[in-house]
Amino acid sequence: MQENNISIAEFENCQKCNICAEVCPMMEVNPLYPGPKQAGPDGERYRLKDPAFFDNALKYCLNCKRCEVACPSGVKIGDIIAVNKLKYYKSEHKMRDTALASTDLVGSLASPFAPIVNGVLSLGVTKSVMDGVLGVSKHRTFPKYSSRKFTSWLRRHAHEQNAYPRKVTYFHGCYVNYNYPQLGKDFVKLMNACGYGVMLLEKERCCGVAMIANAMGEKARKSALVNLASIRKADTPVLTTSSTCTFTIRDEYEHVLGLPTSDIRSNLMLATRWLYRQIEDGKVKLIFKEDYSRKLAYHTACHMQKMGWQQYSVQLLQMIPGLQLTLLEQHCCGISGTYGFKKENYEYSQKVGAPLFDDIRNAGVEAVVTDCETCKWQIEASTGLPVFNPVSILAEAIDFEKTKEANAQ
Amino acid sequence: MKEYDVLIIGGGVTGAGTARDCALRGLKTLLVERHDIATGASGRNHGLLHSGARYAVNDPESANECIVENMILRKVASHCVEPTGGLFISLPEDGLDYQKKFIECCAKAGIKAEAIDPKEALRLEPSINPDIIGAVKVPDASVDPFRLTAANVLDAQLHGADVLTGWEVVDFIKETVTVLGVKLRNIYTGEVKSVLSHYTVNAAGIWGAGIAEMAGAHIGMLPAKGSLLVFGHRVADMVVNRCRKPANADILVPGDVVSVIGTTSDKVPFDQCDDMRVTKEEVELLLREGCKLVPSLATTRIIRAYAGVRPLVASDDDPSGRNVSRGIVLLDHSKRDGIFGFITITGGKLTSYRLMAEKTTDLLCSKLGVERTCQTAVLPLPGSEKEKRKPSHSVVVEAAFGRQGTRVAEMDFSGKGSELVCECEQVSRAEIAYAVKELNVKTLDDLRRRTRVGMGTCQSTFCLRKAAAVLAEELGTPDKADALLKDFIQERWKGIMPVCWGDQLREAEHMRKEYGK
Repeated sequence: MQENNISIAEFENCQKCNICAEVCPMMEVNPLYPGPKQAGPDGERYRLKDPAFFDNALKYCLNCKRCEVACPSGVKIGDIIAVNKLKYYKSEHKMRDTALASTDLVGSLASPFAPIVNGVLSLGVTKSVMDGVLGVSKHRTFPKYSSRKFTSWLRRHAHEQNAYPRKVTYFHGCYVNYNYPQLGKDFVKLMNACGYGVMLLEKERCCGVAMIANAMGEKARKSALVNLASIRKADTPVLTTSSTCTFTIRDEYEHVLGLPTSDIRSNLMLATRWLYRQIEDGKVKLIFKEDYSRKLAYHTACHMQKMGWQQYSVQLLQMIPGLQLTLLEQHCCGISGTYGFKKENYEYSQKVGAPLFDDIRNAGVEAVVTDCETCKWQIEASTGLPVFNPVSILAEAIDFEKTKEANAQ
Repeated sequence: MKEYDVLIIGGGVTGAGTARDCALRGLKTLLVERHDIATGASGRNHGLLHSGARYAVNDPESANECIVENMILRKVASHCVEPTGGLFISLPEDGLDYQKKFIECCAKAGIKAEAIDPKEALRLEPSINPDIIGAVKVPDASVDPFRLTAANVLDAQLHGADVLTGWEVVDFIKETVTVLGVKLRNIYTGEVKSVLSHYTVNAAGIWGAGIAEMAGAHIGMLPAKGSLLVFGHRVADMVVNRCRKPANADILVPGDVVSVIGTTSDKVPFDQCDDMRVTKEEVELLLREGCKLVPSLATTRIIRAYAGVRPLVASDDDPSGRNVSRGIVLLDHSKRDGIFGFITITGGKLTSYRLMAEKTTDLLCSKLGVERTCQTAVLPLPGSEKEKRKPSHSVVVEAAFGRQGTRVAEMDFSGKGSELVCECEQVSRAEIAYAVKELNVKTLDDLRRRTRVGMGTCQSTFCLRKAAAVLAEELGTPDKADALLKDFIQERWKGIMPVCWGDQLREAEHMRKEYGK
């Protein structure tokens, strides 16, 4: 018997209030996008009748989840859109989308030839060809590939890491491994200072966020199963430095790919959240350099806002004496991973990010801090300022020896 | 004064179908309706295109009529019909005795009824009660009665018929024992006028008893109220019936993007027929029984309740009125009552409306000496013409196509045309403009019946002002938007009241805040 007149079909809890439309950054700049309410709960009723009601304009969704944060009825609007894209979206640029989304594969192929690949990718002629033939925006510059993978570096230092009595496991993600091992090294430095050695998961695959966004559901599921199995085997906390990888594994695996994650959620988190809690519990101390001085601005990545974790990163940064931190207004930067690399999205991507870029330019800072690597690319390309992960800033600001001493057991 | 061959009273599906048939056969035809088309029983039912299976055991004649008409309407009214198929499921308490008899009777009536394994039934329709012990597959379908009626009216008009909505019959014009026409009064302006016609057809459903009375004839009719609940989305893709002797709340129909469970059956006095209200007890009964068919109804949002009145006719040879016929009743009052120029068509059901119209028009033609055969079984309704069409990949255009069929070609989606007015039901400005131009729309309620404006989960809370403004503009009376809005919200509220708890109460609070003064 009907007790509550509240549907278990979550889309039906939508009250049609349109608050989601108010916060959607895409709707504001792109008249072709029907907006979260239409694309989500409204469209769902029609798609249940007939999948022919799937609107290709759903491809414009950034998956920023700002609609979900705003929804007073708890409707997972972004998830509804993501699930339907997985089910029904047919790309007109299949080859490009597959190439963009296969970060793991492309990364492992490119790394050994990094100098050549980087050179070729930055050539004007390459950009024109990719723009014309593949549909990759010529305005974009791909993140450079590193000639040595982070994992190779860490394996060479495995002996030192094993010497630490306490350990954490690091889910590094594709970007750290193939493009920017420095962030991984900064993470290791910070953990070592806190008295923890860093280990790798038994196996790590791309989190799959780009595959989910590009309607490659089966491939995403395969990667997810490998990652979940490895995370389940880990007997230490599994820490990350990418808000998007973290969000994808904790939430999108379950909500979009249908793979339960409730058992690993409490063990997988951003390094800043873990570290903040350790400090709060008095288990870890950070001792900072006395002469450290920086003027930075913190940008809350969309998925950071969705997880509600920006406070951990911000509070840690605010512990650093000599760091002047400006908190930026919460705007989407517009890139949304592979989204902004696509030719047809470039303009919207830049329009969405424009208010953020203005804020950054007006903040009078030397660099920006954020927990998401694709925000980093977008902000660097659009403002010219360097962007760092909070972990890198912390690693730079601590007095390594003193911190290590303070945390030695 | 223009004189008609045929004047039809009642803009339900029967009247509309008769008007179309008459017009197709070249008769000068007028259709008169007091309110709007499909406002009586035609618009207040399940929207079920019966396979006839439900009647197979008790009324084989009706059952056969249903299956024949079902197959015809799938073709000629394809944009109003969704060939969902249906299941008759047996629950443990029902046993399987009835199922055996049921299948035999279906076979006799010409209905393809195939017993399938409960597991197969659950695979076909995963929403059904998993405790079933038996299932039979039948060719039930879902039909949109508003669209069906509107398409019939439109085709009648395209073939020269006149249509008057908002005109009420206040008296008959008679010369001794012959009906010459009627006196009409406009319900909005009070204007009165007379219309003459060789024949007058009473197709006024349950109100037909009063119309006949006015003409001097008595028809024993028994108003039987049937209540139904609307759920916010499609929980099942097939019609789901209980395989037992027909009883309360044993049919769930997927109607467009909602699900409808019904019905109840209670005798009501005539003076209540104009204002049916669904009671708390009826809501509870519908839910209790409905959850046995499809358990997820217990956790699906109910958006509305409504009730209609079946025009049941007492057999002429039974003065007690207990013997009710659900078959088609065509009364030639010249033979029955000595009143000439007057015919009543009543009884029957939504599924058999076309046959009722055909029989009526056959009688009219024989009286008028017109030798034209009925074409309605083969000529598609406007919107249902066979046409190769590429999907537009636009929800707005596809939704309009779903409702108006090939008539979508008449709509202009350029510029403001593709703007959404009703977001729940994907109704665009272009579709509204089309409805006003072609489908006799005067009020927001009329527009709702043509397009689903305001029928979604928010029940018009968030689109009403926009819809009223757009309609007023399209009607050429932009200052009337407020008046249009008021009448409409009252009617929405009436349907929400009986199911106003949980999420629907929250929604109603938005509505009260926005419009309640």
